[in-house]
Amino acid sequence: MLELATPVNSSKVTIEIGGIAARVASADMAFLHMLEDRYAGFVSSRADADFDFHVDLGEAGVADPDAEVSVTQRSGCWTVERGDFRAEWEPATRHGRIRQSSNPYSIDALLRILHSLLLAKQGGFLLHAASAIRNGKAFLFAGASGAGKTTIARLAPGDVSLLTDEISYIRKSPNGYSACGTPFTGELQKLGDNISAPIAALYLLAKGPKNCVEPVPPAEAVRALLSNILFFAKDREMIGALLHSACEFVGRIPISRLTFVPDFRVWGVIE
Amino acid sequence: MSGKLYVARSSQVAARKLDDEMMIMSAPDSTLFMLNETATIVWETADGSTPLDEIVMAKICPQYDVAWSEALQDAEELVRQLAGHGVLLLSEEPLATASPPRSVQP
Repeated sequence: MLELATPVNSSKVTIEIGGIAARVASADMAFLHMLEDRYAGFVSSRADADFDFHVDLGEAGVADPDAEVSVTQRSGCWTVERGDFRAEWEPATRHGRIRQSSNPYSIDALLRILHSLLLAKQGGFLLHAASAIRNGKAFLFAGASGAGKTTIARLAPGDVSLLTDEISYIRKSPNGYSACGTPFTGELQKLGDNISAPIAALYLLAKGPKNCVEPVPPAEAVRALLSNILFFAKDREMIGALLHSACEFVGRIPISRLTFVPDFRVWGVIE
Repeated sequence: MSGKLYVARSSQVAARKLDDEMMIMSAPDSTLFMLNETATIVWETADGSTPLDEIVMAKICPQYDVAWSEALQDAEELVRQLAGHGVLLLSEEPLATASPPRSVQP
């Protein structure tokens, strides 16, 4: 018989993004089912997890994805607070707790923050960018809201696998950088494919009268990259690591400005 | 300015030089500053113990064809701007920096 969904296992759901698994436990099965639906394609059956979170559901406030978030570290413990949730975790024990109401947005924010901190320590980062794989190579399309991330994703030909139209997941390895699929969606409201590939190029998006690709000088590329990296911690060591990562990335990955007309021909200049 | 002005790099920033441009990133608000050549000289020599007028005299005037008073005026304006953003510390007394800024090596 065809299985329509992965069964919930012992009131826990493991969400694996970029090879990092966060196991979420809750006494509320309806909440876990909601997470399974929200993160379909990223729910993992791994027995081990890189992080364990226990969710305490309650009236923790109003869920506002645009509210200011506070990320602090004290005595080895990270605390993340926003109007709608409060979370704490210890990297040493790899355990944490989150108090939130029964909504999918709070834990989504926590996962973005958790992964941004973990990636920062490994030379990677989350980037405001659409990303896609074509012919075994990943391409990133960075820009603020309205720059054209979702447009580029919508225009992708059939042989392109979409990783995300909003938040790209960049991992560093000894051989270079790879982009991984994420469940973090933009206007497209479509989860990315849970696959990865080496990054071939990053394009800074701009809409214009014709399709055009121009190289971007390194310093400008670093500035543009940093303005699109998601980062939340006001921590000197982490900021230093972030600056280092951005410079390393620019030194290894071609960065260009892609001015484009929003029609299918734009994919003809992406290589 | 009546007295000496001492400048020191804040410990709350990370810095990295790329293609002769110094990039400074502030930890409190993640703001990125790109310093030009002369600003980079001031940044690199801001040790908290060398007065700004001596930095200008020793490092900037010989390199650029500019009068000391004019260069000093520009340098003062620059360091006050950077101090306003928390990138530099200013004092009329020598400064002892608690810890050096994080310098990110290539």
